[in-house]
Amino acid sequence: MLLVPLAVAGVGFLLLPFAGLLQRTPWSSLPSLVTEPVVVDALRLSVVTATLATVTSLVLGVPLAWVLARMTFPGRALLRALVTLPMVLPPVVGGTALLFALGRRGLVGGPLERATGILLPFSTAGVVVATTFVAMPFLVITLEAALRGADRRYEDAAATLGARRLTVFRRVTLPLVAPSLLAGTVLCWARALGEFGATITFAGNLQGRTQTMPLAVFLALESDREAAIALSLVLIALSLVVLVALRDRWSPFP
Amino acid sequence: MANHRASAVVAPLVVALLSTPGCGAGGSESTLLVFAAASLSDAFEELGEAFETAHPGMDVDFSFGSSAGLAQQVLDGAPADVFASADVSHVVEIVDAGTGQEVVPFARNRLVLAVPRGNPGRVSSLADVTDEALLVGVCAPHVPCGRAARSLFASVGVAASVDTEEIDARSLLSKLAAGELDVGLAYRTDVQAAGGTVDVIDVTAGDGEITYAATVVIHPRPAATADRFVAFIGGTAGQSILRRHGFLTP
Repeated sequence: MLLVPLAVAGVGFLLLPFAGLLQRTPWSSLPSLVTEPVVVDALRLSVVTATLATVTSLVLGVPLAWVLARMTFPGRALLRALVTLPMVLPPVVGGTALLFALGRRGLVGGPLERATGILLPFSTAGVVVATTFVAMPFLVITLEAALRGADRRYEDAAATLGARRLTVFRRVTLPLVAPSLLAGTVLCWARALGEFGATITFAGNLQGRTQTMPLAVFLALESDREAAIALSLVLIALSLVVLVALRDRWSPFP
Repeated sequence: MANHRASAVVAPLVVALLSTPGCGAGGSESTLLVFAAASLSDAFEELGEAFETAHPGMDVDFSFGSSAGLAQQVLDGAPADVFASADVSHVVEIVDAGTGQEVVPFARNRLVLAVPRGNPGRVSSLADVTDEALLVGVCAPHVPCGRAARSLFASVGVAASVDTEEIDARSLLSKLAAGELDVGLAYRTDVQAAGGTVDVIDVTAGDGEITYAATVVIHPRPAATADRFVAFIGGTAGQSILRRHGFLTP
């Protein structure tokens, strides 16, 4: 049986860098490093923006996944490909594209600023925009695959019994794909939490306003390697806690 | 960073290979290894070529990095023949340690206010960086232009309302050029390297200036041609190259 040895090799490959990180961790100075204001600010901002980006992704991404999976229309394959573009685009390029679109001199950003005075770059809202752009496709793709794999007879039965489309979606479709919806949401949140390139390009870097954990880690790497390692550990610990907690609680496959 | 370190390791090897006895009697003196501040890289690459043209048979190799890091390497015995620093204090330190000959200032650099073409934010002086209605950018404190901006603000007592601390001068200047920021603080040479995509307003107040200095390194004795290179930096040809890259005369 080759599966288990290969799986062990896979785990080893994925965990080796973390072993390297742990081996270089300055354990004695860790408590003072992780309670510095710059770390506390970055951690709070990361959790808030990643969560807001996930909520935004749910609001826009769940209907999008449903449309891609359930409706037939010309250009659907192309639309599906376009939706995954942010996944293949280098995030820095994504951030630059966001500036061209939503920046002060951007396609939509210019008129938006003149009309409302709202300026997205260099703001916390800009961080949410950049992370949503990068993270939402992970939710859409996961959910769409589940919707296409789900047994449509339940939906048909509900419709036959007189349920309207939104009711069917809410009461039948979503519960059917709940595990995948959760997996997609977690994936989206994790990707948002680790987002770096689009954020620093579109939203800049300022402690307390736009400096998320990945930005703080990057800047610390340039000046203080021990602080950077400590910051990374905090980020890893936070993601692990959330991922493990959600998995045990929700997954149908414990 | 890794690049610089790699070149600091590779360059001495190159020197060692080139200065094997097979190259002839003067072989060990034909290649100079120059440790120089990263901000000098464009100007010094050009200056090195001009030096080689003016002195046939001589080669100059560079290792660029942060001045502090390079100074430490020189003190640790790295085989540099010349050390050129963005901060005169590192050269003084090396000379005081008996590792350098004398401190030779050769250029100055100065922080300027960079604004998008046409100055849409109507910035006129350093005091405008306190205006909350303007989008103000500086470099992050780990890069020289960021440290210098902070000490400039402190020296004139300006409470700047900074909107972003960009990872380097290039990214700051590209956001200025795109008009996404109203004003930013960068070195003259950074602005020059951006190829005139932004307008410049001189900072008249405060302490936004640095002096570049070089020294011949003694390890354990100075390379015979090292002083010729240091003199070349300060000479007419060297100075005109430096000026073209935005540096000021010492």
